Amino acid sequence: MLHNPPRVSTTAPPTVPRRSRLLRHESRMAVAFITPAMALFLVFTALPAVVALFLSFTNYDILSPVRWVGLANYQRLLTDDLFRRGVLNVAFYAAMFVPLMIVLSLSLALALNRPRPGMVLFRTLFYLPAVTSSIAAATIWSWMFQKDYGVVNQALGVIGIQGPNWLASSDTAMYAIVIVTLWQGLGSNIIIYLAGLSGVPKFLYEAAALDGASPWQQFWFITVPTLRTTTFFVVFMSLVGAFQLFDQAYVMTQGGPGYATTTAVYQIYSNGFTQLRMGYASAQAVVLAIAILCVSLLSMRLNRDVTGA
Amino acid sequence: MNRRLRLTPLVVVRETLYYAVLVFVALVMALPFYWMLATSFKPDADIFTDPIRWIPQRWTLDHYIKAFTLVPFGRYFLNSTVMAFLGVVANLLLGSLAGYAFARLRFRGREGLFRMKLASLLVPGVVTLIPTFIILRSFPFAGGNDLLGHGGQGLLNTYWAIVLPGAAGAFAVFFMRQFFRTLPEDLIDAARVDGASELRIFWSIYLPLCGPALATLGIFTFQAGWNVFLWALIVFNDPNMSTVQMGLQAFSFNHNTDYGPLMAASVVVSLPVLIVFLFAQRYFTQSISFSGVK
Repeated sequence: MLHNPPRVSTTAPPTVPRRSRLLRHESRMAVAFITPAMALFLVFTALPAVVALFLSFTNYDILSPVRWVGLANYQRLLTDDLFRRGVLNVAFYAAMFVPLMIVLSLSLALALNRPRPGMVLFRTLFYLPAVTSSIAAATIWSWMFQKDYGVVNQALGVIGIQGPNWLASSDTAMYAIVIVTLWQGLGSNIIIYLAGLSGVPKFLYEAAALDGASPWQQFWFITVPTLRTTTFFVVFMSLVGAFQLFDQAYVMTQGGPGYATTTAVYQIYSNGFTQLRMGYASAQAVVLAIAILCVSLLSMRLNRDVTGA
Repeated sequence: MNRRLRLTPLVVVRETLYYAVLVFVALVMALPFYWMLATSFKPDADIFTDPIRWIPQRWTLDHYIKAFTLVPFGRYFLNSTVMAFLGVVANLLLGSLAGYAFARLRFRGREGLFRMKLASLLVPGVVTLIPTFIILRSFPFAGGNDLLGHGGQGLLNTYWAIVLPGAAGAFAVFFMRQFFRTLPEDLIDAARVDGASELRIFWSIYLPLCGPALATLGIFTFQAGWNVFLWALIVFNDPNMSTVQMGLQAFSFNHNTDYGPLMAASVVVSLPVLIVFLFAQRYFTQSISFSGVK
């Protein structure tokens, strides 16, 4: 294996016949290997992205031909109160969901990271909700959020709190959705944080402890900075997910009560597929995608500024 | 364990509190599953009680029978299973083929193409919703369509509508590429010297080494396929094509207060993925660390 095939020195011209024949052979095979994946990418990702932009300038209802309307859809968006409501709801949801997600998953990961018996069992239990479908989870929680016979209110009753009618009240419906999505999303983020924690060099803590740093100082000046990339990843994924909230709002509240939990994707779905305004729904999708892109770029930028400094 | 914990009173209190918090969180995480199971086995009269009856006094399987007879849940189950399995097979095969090429074969534009494929992870699903629907609907020569994609309903209401768009996910390609890069490079040279074809090198030498990665990816893909909802809602309007998730949802609309069968159906929907998870949880947790951030 060491002598054969002869290693071509790196300075040799790329036209050495044997080498180039191998390279040609390799690229031919590579093309065959990647063609299915790349063809699917073209048809189901690249092409749709272009088509979405195109459709957003048209009126299209599937039944009649596409009609170019220029910026009319975007103009209409400016005065669409329902879509604005959907976006605001999503922003409100994200503003609660993302910080809670970070705090809870980081603190639970820290708790699980201690060398104590039983951690594998706890990790399994914490991850369990992550494997259920959002629909099943939303269904079960709808039952638990029942006003009179629901587990949640009965549990609150034990400590003397009169629980609200969670899903029927516009004040509390969104909180219920936050609870369900947190319950479901925590597991994977805990594991991501555990992976991040395993990468924090131990000697830093030892050195800091020698210098008399308190556990709190160690957390703040060692753990938090080294986990910056992990936190960025968790924030980023949570945000992108939050912007596309749909399943839970669809199953638990059908967007209500009184549009209190209608989301941007919900609006796109109902415009595009129940009212067949596909052009208009495309414009909404493009706007939402741009918003997601801006948030992505901004958080990447912030992350670079913080870590690159 | 050479550093043993000294059991001073302070340490005992601290450790007790620490475990109390963990047990509390574990209870919250497990409670919905327990509550779903308990409700599904209770007779109707025992479901709505105040105060709550935590342990069913009388057990019944009625709700499970109802779940399968009120709606054609068996059919939904079959649909979801077939689509999830097709998704797994497609992703394992196409993902590892492409991942192998991106990791081990040299060709022009390799990095660029890979980055392009990876970029699809950044395209939010909501943008491609409508165009992908239209593309599937006007797929040439499918579902009564002509060459230009007119006339029929294309691939809508077929398994293809779910399987094709996700058949070679960017994550599958990325995940397999990362794994192939951890395998020794010498094998490929040795096999070539022995005259093995490129496909044979991939299939008989590298792929068998991928057991753990394939298992992980398979589990993830199965979970994703089993749980798909919004997309199924869009491409299926034939009731015979409903998935379990759609069935569950339809259930909660049609039988609004019938929580017994609904919880029984939820158990049935959750069970396959939960079982797979419990058997393969080592893979699950490791692979999130592996594919996650590092």
